[in-house]
Amino acid sequence: MVDKSEVKIKVTNLKKSFGDLDVLKDISTEVYKGEVVCIIGPSGSGKSTFLRCLNKLEEVTAGTVIVDGNDITSKGININKVRENIGMVFQHFNLFNNLNIMDNLTLAPLELKKCSKSEAESRARDMLKKVGLADKVDSYPSQLSGGQKQRVAIARALCMQPDIMLFDEPTSALDPEMVGEVLQVMKNLAADGMTMVIVTHEMGFAREVADRVIFMDGGYVVEEGTPQEVLLNPKEERTIDFLNKVL
Amino acid sequence: MIRIITVYGGLLLTALGRTLLLALLGLFFACIIGMIFGIMGVLKNRLSNIISQIFVDVIRGVPMIVLAFFVYFGVPYFFNTMIGGFTVSLSALQAGTICLALNCGAYMAEIVRAGIQSVDKGQMEAARSLGLTYGMAMRKVVLPQAIRTMIPTFINQFIITLKDTSILSVIGFPELVNTAKNVQANTFMSFQTWAIVGLMYLIVITILSRSAKVVERRLNVGR
Repeated sequence: MVDKSEVKIKVTNLKKSFGDLDVLKDISTEVYKGEVVCIIGPSGSGKSTFLRCLNKLEEVTAGTVIVDGNDITSKGININKVRENIGMVFQHFNLFNNLNIMDNLTLAPLELKKCSKSEAESRARDMLKKVGLADKVDSYPSQLSGGQKQRVAIARALCMQPDIMLFDEPTSALDPEMVGEVLQVMKNLAADGMTMVIVTHEMGFAREVADRVIFMDGGYVVEEGTPQEVLLNPKEERTIDFLNKVL
Repeated sequence: MIRIITVYGGLLLTALGRTLLLALLGLFFACIIGMIFGIMGVLKNRLSNIISQIFVDVIRGVPMIVLAFFVYFGVPYFFNTMIGGFTVSLSALQAGTICLALNCGAYMAEIVRAGIQSVDKGQMEAARSLGLTYGMAMRKVVLPQAIRTMIPTFINQFIITLKDTSILSVIGFPELVNTAKNVQANTFMSFQTWAIVGLMYLIVITILSRSAKVVERRLNVGR
């Protein structure tokens, strides 16, 4: 599934500080086409900040991030254009509360004139079917459960037909019984060959689905490798420590 | 009481009409000013934030009666006498509208700013992450939600502005209070005159706030 010949995201010596606080100290990595990368680590380790640097929701302090050949850290870059190709799913869903589900899904394709209204709507229906919520087209976000909201959020991102999907702790705000339905949607997406970067605390999911696991702590990548290597036979002291606490 | 209503009723109603006209004109421009300065207050641009803050601080820091005198007497004097060569004259209605628009606009700007900031940051981030521009995200996602939360405060500000028109009687605009002063001077019936005028304000404002409640309920559908 992983196509090593095509690099989708290339991060080189990435640093990010908020004032005096250095959150990311020196991160370099590559994500290949079709690869599923799970990022794990204790809170405050910079996982989410790292993810948010990949679509420039955070301005990087130093280093470069190249997505699909576009250096998004360069001055003249049209970041909106690049973002069209990177879907993002948030911990707190962030569905547009003022719009119903159909409008949530079609807003961006229509505003950005990606396709006609009927095309956008038929794609939205397809995506909702894919996440198992075809009957919710006319609902408002406030009428859905957390798991349903997150599945809609995934469908919304997919409506822009991105090549890359970023997930920022997509199941952390969910009731335990709703975690499964969201992870299932993500598994299907991975099976379809989507390039995915996922910040997660779901070790079982990471073991099952990830091609590569990155363990971050204190603003560095401490250890990375296959789930087999990182989760089952970790080498670094801090990784072992962390895994003992969460497993 | 009856005599005031029969003899001066028409006059007072016309004056009430002028009060409403002044309030509507003032509010119309105040909304525009408020939107502009409110949005300038939340942009990620230091200069626009500062300009917005200065505008709000200056207007809020000056009593409206002073603003009224300044606009009506001071500004024409500045152009006609101090600089010379201009003939600027403002009618009482024009000056009154400017005062209300500035005064109410400053408060509106604060309401708009607070309303926008009350919308969860995640809404903007989600919109931007889909590739929408800042402007699109603002227009389609953030502002519609902000306006919902602003409405009760907006209505409150409308009512305050409607009542503030009475201050503009000092520059001679024949609105309700100014007219009532004349009625009182003619009749010497101050109790009756001011009771009637008070009642007129009360009725208009009650109608306004009741209908505002209905609008508010309608807008909350789907929330």
